[in-house]
Amino acid sequence: MSSDFPKDHEFLLPANPGFIVLSFFAAIMLNWLPWHGWGLILRPDFVALVLLYWCTHKPYRVGIGIAWMVGILTDVADASLFGQHALAYAVLAFGGTVLHRRIQMFDLKQQTIQIFPLLLISYATYAAVHWQVRGIIVWEFFLGCIVSAAMWIPMTLLLQTLRRPRSDPYEL
Amino acid sequence: MRLVFFIVLSLLLLFIDSRFKYLESTRTAISILVYPFQRLTTVPGKIWQEVGTYFETQNHLIEENIQLREQHSTDVAQLNLLQVLQAENTQLHNLVDVAQRVNYPMQMAEIAYVERDIFKRKLFVSKGAKANVQTGQVVMDDIGIVGQVTRVYPWLSEVTLITDKDHAVPVQILRNGIRAVVFGSGDINELALRYMPISSDIQPGDVLITSGIDGTYPAGLPVAKVIKIERDPAYPFARIICMPIAGVDRNKYLLIVAGTPELPPRPETKAAVADEKPKLTLKRKVQ
Repeated sequence: MSSDFPKDHEFLLPANPGFIVLSFFAAIMLNWLPWHGWGLILRPDFVALVLLYWCTHKPYRVGIGIAWMVGILTDVADASLFGQHALAYAVLAFGGTVLHRRIQMFDLKQQTIQIFPLLLISYATYAAVHWQVRGIIVWEFFLGCIVSAAMWIPMTLLLQTLRRPRSDPYEL
Repeated sequence: MRLVFFIVLSLLLLFIDSRFKYLESTRTAISILVYPFQRLTTVPGKIWQEVGTYFETQNHLIEENIQLREQHSTDVAQLNLLQVLQAENTQLHNLVDVAQRVNYPMQMAEIAYVERDIFKRKLFVSKGAKANVQTGQVVMDDIGIVGQVTRVYPWLSEVTLITDKDHAVPVQILRNGIRAVVFGSGDINELALRYMPISSDIQPGDVLITSGIDGTYPAGLPVAKVIKIERDPAYPFARIICMPIAGVDRNKYLLIVAGTPELPPRPETKAAVADEKPKLTLKRKVQ
């Protein structure tokens, strides 16, 4: 990806709600795969990444409310406390929407550095809730944050590619 | 502002969920929606396994068959012995007039998926309220206790492993009958035996079985093995590390033990307590 012009100037199909829902669905499915052991510790949080992508690229479509609802779904599936993921994702979505102009100014590599603190805050929120309720912090948990940030480039490229117009003229 | 609203909402839910039990029905309702997708995610792994079994060589199968047959014959011999012992045991129990140990019905359940939160030691098995699973039922594999059902959904139930940080099992040392409580450590291979005096008679290699005192775990099931003991005179209690006997994270199928042991009726008055006490200890020791 060249850094000569910002990504937003590229011509992309409007993000239709179906595609947004589909991307969230795929991310949730990826998160729910039966990971275990080191795979689980290093697993990037796909939902957080997709959420951050939409919050930075389409902040008027996807915001804190959707983040919160996705979080509640995750809470049920993960048997975590109600509101734990929801809180972390809401904070993440807030960061994403507030900083979306700033983030879009950078190229993908620089974006990774920009979104890492956002992910870290979201992870820290989750861990802090856990620490308050159960009294332990697992530090390996934050490794997942680093891997997630590293996944930002492939994830964005994938979503951008899917949003690019096809060569078929009738599709537009 | 919206962020503040959602943060307050989350915190409220968190508070309610961690302190009270009001949200369980909501959780169940959402879990029903989510369930088909959760099962869907386990499909790739299943296909992988199926392909693996398909390509298993015949040699391997024959070998396994022979092994199983040998195992079976030794097991049958031991089972006969066990029946004799059981009969003898029943007679002895009758002699000392204590409650008979009950045989609990069990049902097999497949592990649907393991907890995706590295903070916790939980897993989900593919039987729930529809198969009469109830919270509090004990889950074990063929050699020992794995955990306890803590939440039941219609087709799934959540099992908290004995290695979970918040989990405790009342146990007894098989060798000498000392009672203790073993706590989960959060680490999948470790349990901690806490509050045991430095002078207590525990050795590495001692096997811990359930004592049945809590009324949740049936008595006499193997739980853990002592692997390390640190006796530091600076602390009142010894630091004892145990390893769970059951393959807490290795099985595909688990057994859910239906029914909980019946406790003797609670004593009512203080005088009654004084009367009951010697009888109670006798009961536990014999069990």
